[in-house]
Amino acid sequence: MSATTAPLTGDKDNEATETKTDPVSRWADERLGLYKGTKSLIRKVFPDHWSFLLGEIALFSFILILLSGVFLTLWFKPSMTEVEYHGSYYPLNGVSMSEAFASTLNISFDVRAGLLMRQVHHWAALIFIMAIMVHSLRIFFTGAFRKPREINWLIGFTLMILGLLEGFAGYSLPDDLLSGTGLRIASGVVLAIPIVGTYLSYFLFGGDFPGHDFIPRLFTIHVLLVPALIVGLVTAHLILVFVQKHTQWAGPGKTNENVVGLPFMPVYMAKAGGFMFVIFGVVFLLAGLVQINPIWVYGPYTPDQISAGSQPDWYIGFLEGSLRMMPNWEWNLWGHTISFNVLIPSLVVPGILFTGYALWPFFEQWVTGDKREHHILDRPRNRPTRTAIGVAGITFYGVLWLGGGNDLIATHFHLSVEALTWTFRVLVFVGPVIAFWCTKRIALGLQRRDKDKILHGRETGIIKVSLDGEFSEVHEPLSAGERYRLTAHEVQKPLELGPATDENGVPRPGGRGLRLRAKASKAMFSDHVETTVEEYKELEAGHGHH
Amino acid sequence: MSTDHLPESVGGAGHGTLTKDAAADDPFKDPGLPEYRPRVTDLDPKAAKRAERQVALLFLISIAGLVGSLFCYTFISNTAVVRVTGLGTVNANNLALGLCLGFAFLAMGSGAIHWARTLMTDVDLVQYRHEMKSDPEATAEAVSEWKQGVADSGFTKYPLIRRSLLTAMLVLPLPAVWLLRDLGPMPKDRLRHTLWAKDQKLINPNTKQPLRAEDITVGTLALANPEQIYSPEQKEEFVDQLAKAAVLVVRLPQNALKGSEEQKKQQWDWSVDGIMAFSKICTHVGCPVALYEQQTHHMLCPCHQSTFDLSDNGRVIFGPAARSLPQLPITVNANGELVAVSDFRQPVGPSFWERG
Ligand code: HEM
Ligand code: FES
Repeated sequence: MSATTAPLTGDKDNEATETKTDPVSRWADERLGLYKGTKSLIRKVFPDHWSFLLGEIALFSFILILLSGVFLTLWFKPSMTEVEYHGSYYPLNGVSMSEAFASTLNISFDVRAGLLMRQVHHWAALIFIMAIMVHSLRIFFTGAFRKPREINWLIGFTLMILGLLEGFAGYSLPDDLLSGTGLRIASGVVLAIPIVGTYLSYFLFGGDFPGHDFIPRLFTIHVLLVPALIVGLVTAHLILVFVQKHTQWAGPGKTNENVVGLPFMPVYMAKAGGFMFVIFGVVFLLAGLVQINPIWVYGPYTPDQISAGSQPDWYIGFLEGSLRMMPNWEWNLWGHTISFNVLIPSLVVPGILFTGYALWPFFEQWVTGDKREHHILDRPRNRPTRTAIGVAGITFYGVLWLGGGNDLIATHFHLSVEALTWTFRVLVFVGPVIAFWCTKRIALGLQRRDKDKILHGRETGIIKVSLDGEFSEVHEPLSAGERYRLTAHEVQKPLELGPATDENGVPRPGGRGLRLRAKASKAMFSDHVETTVEEYKELEAGHGHH
Repeated sequence: MSTDHLPESVGGAGHGTLTKDAAADDPFKDPGLPEYRPRVTDLDPKAAKRAERQVALLFLISIAGLVGSLFCYTFISNTAVVRVTGLGTVNANNLALGLCLGFAFLAMGSGAIHWARTLMTDVDLVQYRHEMKSDPEATAEAVSEWKQGVADSGFTKYPLIRRSLLTAMLVLPLPAVWLLRDLGPMPKDRLRHTLWAKDQKLINPNTKQPLRAEDITVGTLALANPEQIYSPEQKEEFVDQLAKAAVLVVRLPQNALKGSEEQKKQQWDWSVDGIMAFSKICTHVGCPVALYEQQTHHMLCPCHQSTFDLSDNGRVIFGPAARSLPQLPITVNANGELVAVSDFRQPVGPSFWERG
């Protein structure tokens, strides 16, 4: 094979038309192709809405976590070797504890700004996980997960799970009484896994619980493995947001084919950059003013002690509640023990909840059969069933979470723990059903109100008295833009199945799968309030007669 | 700021279901972007100047906070505390640093946002979306390049190579898992045994002295560990052994015992005049049980509120734990010290698959 290559020249001919650039950028461009790589990004348009800031909160608190975390690694010693403490915190002087705990005391009391960075790290972590969760709910309720964003939904979902893991790992590092108890519970959960549980536990802990290996191993996971995965996935997540362009709300001039907003450079850069510092500011104020995780109050971990009323970080609470409200079912079969009392609440329930959440976009697409791209966000009311299922899920999670604090609720309101536990056992089933029903009613009610607005205009609050003494409120017609905003969504109709066999007696193709789909579609889309152009015109014509 | 570069309004409906040229009299049609309304700062140079000064002031505040944090770091002792109403007694260094940096960042952030909102453009731009899917030419080109690549490789032509490679790929993950074998030892029967054995003294973990029968009266709750755990050989494994061996010691009057005659007899026989030792490790997922109710002899685990009735063989009367707290058979030696008769007769702590 042979090939001829033109010699690389300095491209003298083009110099006349070249844009003047500064030498540094030119140097970079000649090596990286900077200009052609970024020209379409610089003025990329981003739509604006408060709910689009949730992902940013997650991103910026994550940056803060990285920065404060690196600071902490400079002093933290991930070791379970027992040492005797002699530091500035006098009450624990001479107490035997792991090096991990002792070095955390050192960071808190002897390293200047150490306590601040610990508290920044912890507060930022709590905000990070809260922000990811709320962000993902915003994606869910507005249907931003629809084609072409399913992959980004899955990336985001993975980020949420990694965030939970990372938080639990970090929380366990100081080896204090509270987090050690959390690890003990985790080890009990691992032991309950059928067949491999015991081996898994011995491999994880390097022998008996707690052993000497776990904190160093957890440290590597917490500062290297999971953060690297998160950074990689966040990068992919953001690249996809850029490439697929951001979704937007329907409104005058805002359609499924365009994106309307302000340019990345300078507006979005200034706003997002500014917002980053606002988040930093809020976290630093919290870290300066509000104490979090005072491990010296809990003391070092020892497996024979515990303090009553201890609580994990908020995002683990639902697992705690789930463990608490489970009845004590356990089977002994053929010399083997299956602990449903541990497996169901700690693995099966969250497994179903999270898997269902992750797969929702694919389920919905199967039901609707909709293969088009969607860039206009749904108003939650216009998708009553999806919204209701979401709220039911939140209610389920919320009941589990409350159940995790049943002892605190009991002492605070002077109730019996047993009565409360029974209440939660019932609520965890009934609550979601009630929530589903109520949400659906409310969504349909809001649709009806929209319809009223479209047809009769906006209530002005001005009351008119007619000549015969009748009171009525003056309605002001909507602007064309507002009317468009309220009608831009399409009303999803349930899938209609033809007769089971065609006129020649040949069965309809699709069979059981199709019937199932039609059922799901009927359940999801039967209820809706539609406002048609005809209705509107008819009313308009009627007005003409006045 | 001028508005003459505003795009013409864009027609079309939300989902491309209505065509762009929907009937002109469609009352629901997209009227297009509303007319641009300039802000005060666009029209009034004085207002713009004012905004400029506000932004600069915020940036100056930020500088003050950043520099202030350096001073606080240097001059406020790390051990100094202050009383602040509403916060209690707090570390002064931490408070000062948090306030300085917190306000510095807030000022920097709000400066940038204020700048963007008052002085940068707020004229909406419109960009068009394109379907993610590749256009037909690109698809055709990619597919043919790929096919060429496959043909060049001979992947389809040499089945022997193909199959052996795929098999190699299947074997590849094995070492990745196998090499982790030394993460931990095999469990063997370690979960079934504790340091308790015949004649092991019950040691009070606080005084490190043996417990004596007369120390334990009805209503007291004592803790005990096996004597061996404090021996130098156990130093390395102290915590691991403690996680299995910790027991609590109570004394119950014989008439408080419940359950079948047989059970009552065993429970009494394993005690010293009603002094009984129970595992402190909850049979649910292993927290130490801790809250003792003297009147009812109920023992509560604070983790998930499993409640055990010590007067009824440690039976679970509420909560998620499925099995009774195991009782350690004890007796008293010639010196009047409490000692174990043997190890626990069943595994302590959480259930596991092989437990049976
Ligand atoms: C480390 C965690 C995360 C970070 C830093 C992050 C960050 C962001 C940011 C900055 C955006 C653009 C603005 C926005 O729509 O909010 C975004 C969009 C998006 N995120 Fe996340 N996110 C995270 C987790 C998640 C999770 C848990 C989900 C869902 C389960 C998710 C799903 C999405 C989707 C589908 C988009 C595109 C939305 C659209 O264009 O409207 N993300 N993310
Ligand atoms: S560990 Fe005791 S109740 Fe769960």
